[in-house]
Amino acid sequence: MSEMPKHIRTPLARVRGHGAAHTGTGHFWHQRVTAVANIPLTIAAVFILIMLLGRNQAAAAQILGSPVVAIIMLLFVASITTHMRIGMQVIIEDYVHDESVKFTLLMANTFFCVAVALASAFGILKMSFGV
Amino acid sequence: MAETKAPAARARPLSPHLQIYRPMLTMMMSIAHRITGFVLYFGTLLLAWWLIAAASGPTSYSRIEWFSGSIIGRLILFGYTWALIHHLLGGLRHLIWDTGRGLGPAEREWLAAANLIGSIAITVVLWIVGLLAMGGPR
Repeated sequence: MSEMPKHIRTPLARVRGHGAAHTGTGHFWHQRVTAVANIPLTIAAVFILIMLLGRNQAAAAQILGSPVVAIIMLLFVASITTHMRIGMQVIIEDYVHDESVKFTLLMANTFFCVAVALASAFGILKMSFGV
Repeated sequence: MAETKAPAARARPLSPHLQIYRPMLTMMMSIAHRITGFVLYFGTLLLAWWLIAAASGPTSYSRIEWFSGSIIGRLILFGYTWALIHHLLGGLRHLIWDTGRGLGPAEREWLAAANLIGSIAITVVLWIVGLLAMGGPR
């Protein structure tokens, strides 16, 4: 502690934005927030799925497109795709150490999660708006 | 000032990895949590397929009904149900741990066992309910 610091930035400022993905603890917290949201939303989605078993397409689309069910399914899709994107990012950061491969996979991870989220949301909204 | 030597020149101890440890339930459950999460990730393609098929019309919907009714489809969906419930209960366990509770030797073993038994039991119950719903009036 006797030597003079070489810069005047605070320790917090130096820590900010770090970690394997250079994003700090933001993901840790988002993982918890979406984990909590996933619990009731998954239970609701499983309940909706069981309700639809054995019904034909017209009946399934009508139920999935009804406002309450559609909103629950949209929240479910948003929460799980956010959660799984962070989860897969952690797996990639843990096992892939080559920088170029790592960033390629991290990018592919984002593309996959956004594609699944938007495709699912499109399906739900299409049923809901009846076009 | 011996410490000014380049860090790479000094031999540093390596941290032990998985194969060093005796397999334990909590450790296996930690691995299972990650694997089920990994599987659920790709399984969301089934969710997207189902929603788009339902939105597209009877022909598309009959295709996913055919798939989910086939033996391989049933096996995949059964495994997927278990992975979902297991990861959900595992997540609850982690959220309990996040509060600082349930980390004692007896508690963590109990939680791990409850997670495993609970996931199997709930999966079986859900499938019984599901199959009854399919066989019931439309």
